[in-house]
Amino acid sequence: MLGLYRIRPNITVSSKVFIQRDYSSGTICKFQTKFPSELESRIDKQQFEETIQTLNNLYAEAEKLGGKSYLEGCLACLTAYTIFLCMETHYEKVLKKIARYIKDQNEKIYAPRGLLLTDPIERGLRVVEITIFEDRSIGSGR
Amino acid sequence: MKNCEYQQIDPQALPTPTPTPPPHHGNDTEKKKEPRRPRRKWEVFPGKNRFYCDGRIIVARQSGVLPLTLGLILVTSGLFFIFDCPFLVKHLTSCIPVIGGVLFVFVLITLLQTSFTDPGILPRATPDEAADIEKQIDNTGNTSYRPPPRTKEVLINQQVVKLKYCFTCKMFRPPRTSHCSLCDNCVERFDHHCPWVGNCVGKRNYRFFYTFIVSLSFLTAFIFGCVTTHLALRAQGGKGLVFALQESPGRYPLVICFFSVWSILGLSGFHTYLVASNLTTNEDIKGSWSGKSGEDVTNPYSHKNIFINCCSVLCAPMPPSLIDRRGFLPADESAQTGSADIELPTLAAKSEINVVGAAFALQKSPSPVETSLPAVAPTQHLSAACC
Repeated sequence: MLGLYRIRPNITVSSKVFIQRDYSSGTICKFQTKFPSELESRIDKQQFEETIQTLNNLYAEAEKLGGKSYLEGCLACLTAYTIFLCMETHYEKVLKKIARYIKDQNEKIYAPRGLLLTDPIERGLRVVEITIFEDRSIGSGR
Repeated sequence: MKNCEYQQIDPQALPTPTPTPPPHHGNDTEKKKEPRRPRRKWEVFPGKNRFYCDGRIIVARQSGVLPLTLGLILVTSGLFFIFDCPFLVKHLTSCIPVIGGVLFVFVLITLLQTSFTDPGILPRATPDEAADIEKQIDNTGNTSYRPPPRTKEVLINQQVVKLKYCFTCKMFRPPRTSHCSLCDNCVERFDHHCPWVGNCVGKRNYRFFYTFIVSLSFLTAFIFGCVTTHLALRAQGGKGLVFALQESPGRYPLVICFFSVWSILGLSGFHTYLVASNLTTNEDIKGSWSGKSGEDVTNPYSHKNIFINCCSVLCAPMPPSLIDRRGFLPADESAQTGSADIELPTLAAKSEINVVGAAFALQKSPSPVETSLPAVAPTQHLSAACC
């Protein structure tokens, strides 16, 4: 679906690519690392895969079952889960880390190539949305 | 070249930003000429839910019998504390109201949390996403007149699982997700819609629900035991059981508890089994993993260890709410121009559009960074004012 929202006279949103979830390991949050063909002219396959893999690792860290999460869970149960009202959960802390990572990636790697990653949490953790911008400036032959 | 008027606008001087609103709102007619009070996302939520405290509390539209549940618990416990406790404190121990009090508080808190927490609702797909999925479905090469079957098969831990396409939410449902027709939402790890708590039970509030029914079993059994003891002691000391029953209003908790303790204990036992095998009520009822069709099917989500299953269901990190009820909608000026079907990155990512614009500009020629503006207007300005 093409969106022709003009935000500068020379930059147009030309299309969006959606990286879907990978359910091969169950219901944990994990995105497919398959490189979409629409991005072939824009970015290295390896760079893209590294971004997605890092995101997957961060989400795995958020959902990890381990001693710390069990302790947090048991403590929460003992207090009738009221600590969730006053404490930031482990998952929320990692989500902030993910938001910082995506902002960083956008600034350093994706924006100079005319791409924009949208944080999956804004799409209900369903997809990683990559917006492709095209430069149509008058007289610039890009 | 780059001297279109709107480029010169200082981003700081602009009023509230004006990209198009997220597309999952009721209908465009609401947004015609409304004053620009910033609205929160819960106000335009498409599912059948009700919100209180400015989006902090979410319940299903039909509260079911939640008032009845609350009423029964409050009345039974109230009668117990008023009529049975004084007698038992005098004749037995003062621990009894303390234990009763702790259990009562536990039950009440977990009940309210089950009812008022987002169960794991999945927000509906944006129009761009929906169009992307439709494109993929049509590309399967199927040329029949009927639309192709909208299921997708995935392999999860060597087990084939069918993912269904949800026509309401316009996406393939993740595994274990089901669409609740009462709430009109897709809910992750959907267990069931519980009328007693007036909400769906899903990924985010299952632990609250489980704690609620377990502590309610303890409370009911405890009250039942205490009242029986009370009546037995009275009967011993006085003129018999029948008189004791007639005399004390403490018999009412006995009756209520007698009828409810079996079903609540049964429910707790059933859910303990589900937790230990990492199943949902929905899957158990449908027999998804019981191998009824003769195939060799096993539950792909089970960790094959009862302890780990219990921990993963009850003690896993609390997942976040995906629907962002209290987030602000972008101001909706541009909806009037009819460009509402174009989706833009939300407010949080707005600054990143500037980054992209700036990054591109740096590669071409230096020019000021600008903010996004209503869709149609700049196009018109461009044709008029731009050189």
